[in-house]
Amino acid sequence: MNVSPQSRIVITGVGLTAPNGDSLPEFRRNLLAGVAGVERMEVRYMGSQLAGVCHYDPLRHQKKKEVRVGTRSGSISIYCAREALADSGIAWDAVAKDRVGIYIGCTEHGNVETENEIYNISKFNYDTKFWSHYHNPRTVANNPAGEASLNLGVTGPAYTIGAACAAGNMGLIHATQMLRLGEVDLAICGGVSESIHTFGIFAGFKSQNALATHADPHKASRPFDKARNGIVIAEGGALYTLERLEDAQARGAKIYAEIAGYHVNSDASDYVLPNPVRQAECVQFALKRAGLAARDIHIVNTHATATPLGDIQECEAIRAVFGEGCPDTHINNTKSFIGHAMGAAGALELAGNLPSFDDLTVHPTINVDDLDPLCALRGLVLNQPRKVAKVDTILNNSFGMLGINSTLIVRRFAE
Amino acid sequence: MTNDECKKVVLDIIADIAPDEDLSNVKPDIRLRDQLQLDSMDFLDIVMELRKRHSIEVPEADYMQLASLDSCAAYLVPKFNALAAKG
Repeated sequence: MNVSPQSRIVITGVGLTAPNGDSLPEFRRNLLAGVAGVERMEVRYMGSQLAGVCHYDPLRHQKKKEVRVGTRSGSISIYCAREALADSGIAWDAVAKDRVGIYIGCTEHGNVETENEIYNISKFNYDTKFWSHYHNPRTVANNPAGEASLNLGVTGPAYTIGAACAAGNMGLIHATQMLRLGEVDLAICGGVSESIHTFGIFAGFKSQNALATHADPHKASRPFDKARNGIVIAEGGALYTLERLEDAQARGAKIYAEIAGYHVNSDASDYVLPNPVRQAECVQFALKRAGLAARDIHIVNTHATATPLGDIQECEAIRAVFGEGCPDTHINNTKSFIGHAMGAAGALELAGNLPSFDDLTVHPTINVDDLDPLCALRGLVLNQPRKVAKVDTILNNSFGMLGINSTLIVRRFAE
Repeated sequence: MTNDECKKVVLDIIADIAPDEDLSNVKPDIRLRDQLQLDSMDFLDIVMELRKRHSIEVPEADYMQLASLDSCAAYLVPKFNALAAKG
């Protein structure tokens, strides 16, 4: 085993559930066909709201009792982890489970379960003796990773990484670090979100005037459009299997991509407002670590959530890095299809772009009827997929509240 | 309430908290844990559901009375009947 800070780390399996697809092929097909996945759902105390809702079958990988006792995040984690392992072709029964790490990014965890319990005891005159004994195992911050470890029998490190909406990238970044340190031999990593099941997230964004409204649910999430009016909250998850290159090659694994570079930094400027200077720095440092120049990046997947200010600020950051000298850089956005999947966003958005290495097509940003001039970026792929000459690199941005920024770069695998 | 009615109440609760279990042939005199996959959290569920659905309180010291369907009936029927008598 050749472990070093320079070890090459590769993606060998993908498992996901998104509001418009429960596998990578289905998700990709819909991203290329312009099929969004936003619908109306009832939210406690708030009535009908727009949301990205997943429709995977929990019983594919869980017993009924696991679903009843566990959380939605736990269930999404189990589904995605099992699907990623199956996709990777790893002989799971032969894997040393103490050498497997599970690293799952989350925006938040525990709001859903706490709200449910408060609602439950409200039916009993707020008598706390009716409070569930499952409350603590459901709400501990490591719950999604812990449920996956129970289901899979993984005895290595399994925990979550709280990084607001930068968390999906963080799962992959942390896994890369742990593989390079030799802490584990196989990592199951990415991000998940159950946020559509907490009214507090909806109410919070509404109070911020940042919750999207639109008569047509599929048109509601519209980053870069002049008429954008906020976020569509989504649930979902994407988990990957990551391995050191020599391990993957030794078992003849299919390799989706190689981790080329990453960076994480903090704005240190505001609770919620993004900071384009720090975002640009995050991208620049990720490029530096990857040994790439901006012009070498072929796809930039933006974080843009369709808030009036946030989109402009990210565009400012991207403009500062990817200017006139980047004729082969194409820019897109996945939230326009599925809304903002919070802790799953970065991981899902990377997944949706990975097939570009094979089909040389960049999925578009949909719902842009009237491009905001302040969001007019060179290379923006609008409304229709774009066939391109070359896709060797993908740069994925994910930013979160309290000013956490993450950028992940993957490259087409080549010996 | 009869013993059989009480056993049905308990089995209805178990059907909800252990939905993967086959309850068609639960033996009343055998410990529930010895014939079904039930852990300590599941027994807390039984206690909680008795409280929620039937206003029956089972103090911790009496949890062992819920070991089998027979012992459940012997312990719970007087509680149900006392509750019914109170109206």
